Formats: sequence, C-alpha cells, structure tokens
Amino acid sequence: MDPNSAGLGETTPLVSPEGGPRFPLPSEIADAPGAEDWRSMYPYFTRFQPDDDKRFWFYNSMHFPEPMPAFDTITAEVPYSAIGANTARVFVFPTTLGIEHRIVNGRVYITANPVTDPDEIGRRAAVFGERAGYYYENWDTLQAGWKMRIKGLIDEITSITVPELPEFDDAAVVTESRGVAQNHYVRENFHRCIDLFSRMWHHHTEFLMLGYGAYVVFFQFCKQAFPEISDQAVARMVAGIDVIMYRPDDELRGLARLAVEAGVDDLFTEGCSPPAVLAALAERGEGGQRWLSAFERAHDPWFNVSTGDGFYHHHRSWADDLTVPFAALPRYVAQVRDGLLADRPTESLRAERDRIASSYRDLLGSDEEKAAFDQMLGLCRVVFPYVEDHKFYCEHWFTSQFFSRIREFGALLARSGVLAEAEDVFQLHHTEVDQALSDVMLAWAAGAPPVGAAHFRPIVAERKRMLEALRGWSPPPALGPVPEALNDPAVHMLWGVTQQTIEAWLRPAEGEVRGVGASSGVVEGPARVLTDVNQIGEVRDGEILVCPVTAPSWAPVFGKIKAAVSDIGGSMSHAAIVAREYGMPAVVGTGDATKRISTGQRVRVDGDRGIVQVIA
Amino acid sequence: MTQPFTCWTTEVGAADAARAGGKAAALGELARAGLPVPRGFVITTAAFLLHMDGVDPDGAARGALGTLAADDLAGIARAAGGLRARVVGQALPPEVAAEIAPACAALGDGPAAVRSSATLEDSAEASFAGLQDTYLAVRGTDAVLDRVRACWASLYNDESIAYRRRQGTGEDGLAMGVVVQPMLNPRSAGVMFTRSPVTGDRSVVAIEGTWGLGSALVGGEVTPDSFTVSKVTGEITGRRVGVKLRVHSFTPNGQGISATPMALALRRTPCLTDDEVRALARLGRQVEDHYGAPQDIEWALLGDSPGRFVLLQSRPETVWAARDRGPIASPQAKASDHVLARFSRGL
Repeated sequence: MDPNSAGLGETTPLVSPEGGPRFPLPSEIADAPGAEDWRSMYPYFTRFQPDDDKRFWFYNSMHFPEPMPAFDTITAEVPYSAIGANTARVFVFPTTLGIEHRIVNGRVYITANPVTDPDEIGRRAAVFGERAGYYYENWDTLQAGWKMRIKGLIDEITSITVPELPEFDDAAVVTESRGVAQNHYVRENFHRCIDLFSRMWHHHTEFLMLGYGAYVVFFQFCKQAFPEISDQAVARMVAGIDVIMYRPDDELRGLARLAVEAGVDDLFTEGCSPPAVLAALAERGEGGQRWLSAFERAHDPWFNVSTGDGFYHHHRSWADDLTVPFAALPRYVAQVRDGLLADRPTESLRAERDRIASSYRDLLGSDEEKAAFDQMLGLCRVVFPYVEDHKFYCEHWFTSQFFSRIREFGALLARSGVLAEAEDVFQLHHTEVDQALSDVMLAWAAGAPPVGAAHFRPIVAERKRMLEALRGWSPPPALGPVPEALNDPAVHMLWGVTQQTIEAWLRPAEGEVRGVGASSGVVEGPARVLTDVNQIGEVRDGEILVCPVTAPSWAPVFGKIKAAVSDIGGSMSHAAIVAREYGMPAVVGTGDATKRISTGQRVRVDGDRGIVQVIA
Repeated sequence: MTQPFTCWTTEVGAADAARAGGKAAALGELARAGLPVPRGFVITTAAFLLHMDGVDPDGAARGALGTLAADDLAGIARAAGGLRARVVGQALPPEVAAEIAPACAALGDGPAAVRSSATLEDSAEASFAGLQDTYLAVRGTDAVLDRVRACWASLYNDESIAYRRRQGTGEDGLAMGVVVQPMLNPRSAGVMFTRSPVTGDRSVVAIEGTWGLGSALVGGEVTPDSFTVSKVTGEITGRRVGVKLRVHSFTPNGQGISATPMALALRRTPCLTDDEVRALARLGRQVEDHYGAPQDIEWALLGDSPGRFVLLQSRPETVWAARDRGPIASPQAKASDHVLARFSRGL
C-alpha cells in the first residue's frame, strides 16, 4: 500500500461551513494515481452524477472491502436490483425504497432512499400490511418452499455445462433432429448463469428484510424498555444455536476426531499440503479409506463455503481450495489427541440465551409489556433461522458454484485464444463476456479464428494493472453531507453505521480506534492485520485479528486468536456472533482499524467500551 | 444489649423505623439479610423524646413549626434557630448518657461516625437525603455525646423543616434516632443505584465512587468515577474515569475530617478495578432482591486488594419510582402486527 495514502487522517482535513470536519463530496474525489482510466471498467450507471454531491454515501466495505474487478460488479448490480425490488416494489416497505450504488476508484458506495412524505407512507403502509403480513403469517410454510426453490437453483447452476465446440457437433443433433447447434448454448448457458444468479438474489432478499424487520422491532422495544441495554445483549436473546453456518467447522472437528480414531492423524501437521495428505491417505489402508470417504461426504455440500462472503470471484470455496480447512485440521487433531477438542456447547449456549431473555423479561414493568415482549421475541426466533442460514445457501453454496461456472466459460475463452487464461474472464463485465462469447460462437460457425484476442487481451492487462494501483487508494469512509440524524436501526444492525461511527470517522483520535463493543472483555496482544482472506494462514496463536470484515468460514481461526477487530459489522455480524461464542472480546464497525493498525503492533482491545488502543 | 435508650444495629429491622429511625432500621435490615454492614449501636428515638421533654415540655415549640408556610423562610429560620439552640444547650438526660458511654467503649476507642436516623427519612416516598447531619471521625465519648445532640438538633435544620412543610408532613410524632459506628477508613467509597439514575433503566446498576471517604462524593467535591453494569450479563457497559481533585480523610488523633488535594497519581486512576465493579454490582442486586425494589446505596471498600465491601446505607430509589410511565408496548392480535405498525410509522 502506498505509504502516503495510509490512514484516514489524510482524507479528513476538509472543513464544513460550520467549521467542523466534513467528508469529501463525490465530485471532489481525484482519480487514483496510475488508474485514471478506472471508469472504463464499470458500467455508466455506476458513476457518480452531479446531483449525488447533495446526498450522503458511505463506503460499503462490509461487502466490498477491495477494488472491484469488472465482472465482480455483478455482486453489487444484481443484489441491489433484487433487494430494492423486494423492499420498494414487492413488499412495499412504507418508509424505504431501495439502495443506490456508485463506484469510484473501484470502490462501492451506497445510499438508501427514504420515503418521508406522510401521505405516501400511509399509502404504502396499506399495501405493506397485507403483503408482509401474509409472509409473516405463513413464514414456516413459505420458508420450506424457499429452501426447495433455492436448492433447485443450486442444482441448476451446478449442472450448467459449457459447450466444448468440437470440430463436428454431436451426431444426436441430427439423429434427434434437435436442430440447434451447440454454439447456440454458449450464449444461452452463459445467460442462464446470469439469470440464475439474479433469481438467487431475488430469493435471497425475499425474506431478508422481513427477517431483519422483526429483529429491528424487538431491538427498538428493548432499547426503549432498557435504554442502556447493549446491542449484543439484544442479539444474544435472539441468536440461533443450531446455525447452519457453524456446520462446516463442525465437520472439520469431526474429521479431526476421525483422523485420530483411524490412526492417520500423523499426516496432519502444521503447513501440510492438502494434495500430499490426500495422496498419502489413499495409501493408508482401511483407516485412510474411511477418512477419505468421510471427507467426501463432508465435502458436499459443506465445503461449498467461501473463504469470503460471496462477493468476489477470488474468494474460493473450501472445495476449490483446501488451504483453509487443512490449515485448521492440524490444530484440531492436536486438540483431539490432548482430549481438548470440545463440541460447541449448544446446551449451555441455549440455557444462557434463555436465561438472558427471561432476566430481561422479569425486569419489565407490567404483564402487558411482558406479553408484547414474548410476541416480539417469539417472532424473531421464528424468522431468525432464515436470517442466519440463508448465507450458506446463497452467498456460499450457490455463489461458489456460480463463479466456478463463469470460470469454465473463461476456460472456453482461453481455449479459443480470446483470453490468455481462464481467470481473465473476471476482468470483463458480464456484458463484455457476452460479446467475447459471441465472437467465439461466430468464429466456430465461420470456421475462422475469433478476433477477440487483439481486443480483449490489452484490456485485461490494463485492468489488472489498474486494480493493483487502486489497492493503494484509501477510500474515505463516507462522502457528501452528513445527514441530520442517522438513526436507522437497520443500517446500524447490518453495517454498524451509526451517528457515533460517523463521528469517529470524522474525528479520529490519536492511537485509538473506536467501534461497537460486540463481545465483552479486555485483552492485549500483537495485531495481525489481514486485508485479504487469502492471508488467513498467516494468523498465529494469541494474536489479535484485525480485518475488514470476517466471513463465516473464518471460524477455524477463532480458536487461535485472542480478540477480533473489524472495520465493518454490527452486533449481529459474523465476527460478533462467533466472538461471543468463543467468549473473546470483539470490537466491530471501527470503520478503519485495518488502516490505522499494523501487524505486530501491540494493541489493547476493550470489548465493553468498543475501543482499540495501540500501545506500542 | 437492648436497653431503654440504646440497642445494637443488628437488633432492629425494617419494621423498626419508629423506634430507631429510617437509617438505623435499614442498616439492621441489611445486617439481618446477611449483607455486609459495619457494626454499631443505635440511640433510639425514646432517648430523643426524653430529651425533648426537657427542651419543649408541652410540645408547643414543635407544634408551632407545623403552622409555618413552606416558603416563609425567615419565619422558619427564626423558630428553628431557637429550637436548635435549646436542643444543643440542654444537658443530655443522665440515664441516656449512662447507656451511651459503655456502648462507645464496646465499639473500641477509635474515632466514630455519628449519623442521624430520622423516623421519616429513607422512606419509599421521599429520601430526605442530606437534610439531617452526620459527623465523621468523632473522638472520645464526650464528643460523641455532643454530636448526638447535634444530630437531634439537625431534625430542625431550616431546610429540613422547609422540606417537611413542602411535603405536607406533620411535626407530630417526628423523632430522631442516632447511629454510632466505628469510623471506617475506606480505600474507595461512593454510591450505587440499582437502576440508571439517568434513564431509569432497571437492567443496570450505576456506580459512582472516589478514593477515600465517600463524603467527598456525596458533598459534590469531586467528579467521581462512574460505571454502568448490566444486571443480566454482568458486562460493564459504561465507564467514565473522573478527575478526582480532592480527597476526604481523617487523622487518627484529630477531630473530624479534612479535605486535601488528591495525590496526582490517583486523580485519573479508577478507584475500582473491573472485578471490584462487578462484585459491587452483584452486592447491589442482592440488596435490591432483598427489598424487591430498586435501591439507592452508599458503599465503602475496605482494606487492600482484594478488599471487602461494606454497605453504609440503603434506601428505596424514589425519583424514577414516582414517574409512572405507561406500558411501551401492548400485546397485539398477531405478533407480526408489531412489525407492520412499526414500519408504517417510520424509522
């Protein structure tokens, strides 16, 4: 990273008309040096418009912590198309329309469109009541249908094939009089991938806002009844126990136990190579076979868990890249040998959750309030399994398969010479991939080579160079005028962005990073700053993890670290949930901890107050 | 030792406010509940009433106070000043003094705290906080006997009478007990509310404290350290370290306490560790559970690490208890109606 652009300090000397610090306006952002042509990577509709200077935008580093490769902008375009459709047009949330996004210097900024006119809110509320009411009342039945549909989508995306385009087409085209040659299916199947991705996101957001809505209402009730209750205490009353996202980690623990039981545990050593271990297991007789077949069973579907959050093509799944699971296995194996590997204490977690809920209930002033509390908490517990489990099906399982299919289309483009390598497909926007595939379809039909190499290869090379340059740019945490009040609890919950976060962004204190105290306790230790999930193997025992945002597949490292700090995240974020389970301090939603803390610095994490201090 | 005019604090309980005064009754109640309270004895209201028989035999002076208007401060000052002078000037009934001297001896020959315990104070309706006098680091039986009369006289402090007139509390049957305890030399001391004094939140304990005697905090001479602890999770959810510029202390041989500048090293240092904060909050909950209502508690921490907490007083919290708020939510026909209504109202 460019040392001149490290730290938030250099982005905030701007002064507002009132004399206080302010965020830059979108129009004031200069092009990152060496990447002046970044606009050529992204569609025109992602660019800031002149009127956008009048609105408040914040950097969505929770979902998009890195500069966007051109193809990966689909993980902003499609989700925002789906979530806005569901909130604004399908369920007709009374006070909010959708989310707008813009890209500047490769980073995604977002803003929400509120509805403020009381008449319009009233008109929308009537529709919302009927539609949302229908979903809440039939939640479990609709959920069962949802799960079937989403599994259907996963089956479909998994089964999509890329035509081989051999010299002669299959004889069956003739004998079955199909009448359609396989170059047709290049485009059709590619479009199916894009269309399925869009369908998946529509289903993803079909239940999500309703699920969060139930949580927000309970959250606000608790804050009103107990003005000083911490966000995490509310979260702990609702949190699911049998959450599917813990399953991949549970599977690894099971495999570690089996390794010891089957007498093949000697193969799992620190730094072991996954292919070498798998090859050696095949030579280890019955024990080795038993482990390998258990591994196969765990693999599908549980290894379809991304090392990221499903928003970047290079966040590979465990199934694609065994580095993460094989980095965790030696530690688990050692714990099994020492008799130290414990299952998640689900019973005591459940008992503690119920104790907290009933303690707060007992403190309520009247039976009336207790009855309302029971209803709201009850609804949360009905909807929350969806909120917690959808990620595995959508962002992990489906999306891992989606990126694998796109990579296979990339391989076709590489085979036909348009691209140098399959991975380069992710440097093209999906509409550009469409053009490149047309070139290949035409060339196969014409019996001539495609002409795309001269067109696309320089573009790909230039974009890779620009992405590197964009990595050195420090995105301001927010742009535009600070709103009067930013009390939207949904934004707080999802992104950890509150009035306090914005204050901290505007006035960073020396040697101190402030965020949301998400899990209590105070510890000191050396920091390990990860800006990219692929660095996960660098984490050492006793370190304090500092990261942009943690993904569920990071669970294995939580056994190693003393505390977790993240740039983005609220009290319901993954880092917060897992840290509470491990009983370690966590501070989330700091805005810029990864920029202001360096690996090796000694830091003190105060999970009660939400403060991280650099000590040395 | 129950005698006509004195008894141990452990010999009274919540029901004995008429005999011992509110503070003594509360201390006895805490001790009976097994909570840590310094030992001490009570000079009962019978002693006060006997003394007043000599000062104001027909009760005319006291009765006259009950006819004054609450805002007639000049009239109150005139009437009360005369009565106080007579309470202090009148010799202690010999039978009372004869009981106090051996009780003092039983406490030991160190300095003592002599604290007012009026029959009306610390009730659930009104705290009467700080209106009657307390004397710290009182040395020698003669000084104690003086301070007992001073405590009695403080029932007729101008502000005390004005407060009673505002509250519409009659002067009939009003009496004052006195608690005498060995003087404590705490490491830290302060107050604790078993609900938030700021928001009324019943799920937290709010603690304030400073180094040394709690009188510096109660008297408003320091900006105390403050802590908020969740009753449910035990988490310390709020913490502010005050800049504590002064400290109250006493010398073993001197009379009374002195206020001196706080040692530099202690000014910005929290007067309680996190473990101590949590232990104190647990103690607060025990008191609240015993009474079944939020409490306003005075505490002190004795000895070096790990230290030992003692409670100096507990009274019902009166401010938030009086603010009867309506329910913030009512059950709906369907649970989802809560969500529909909330989202239709705006965020």
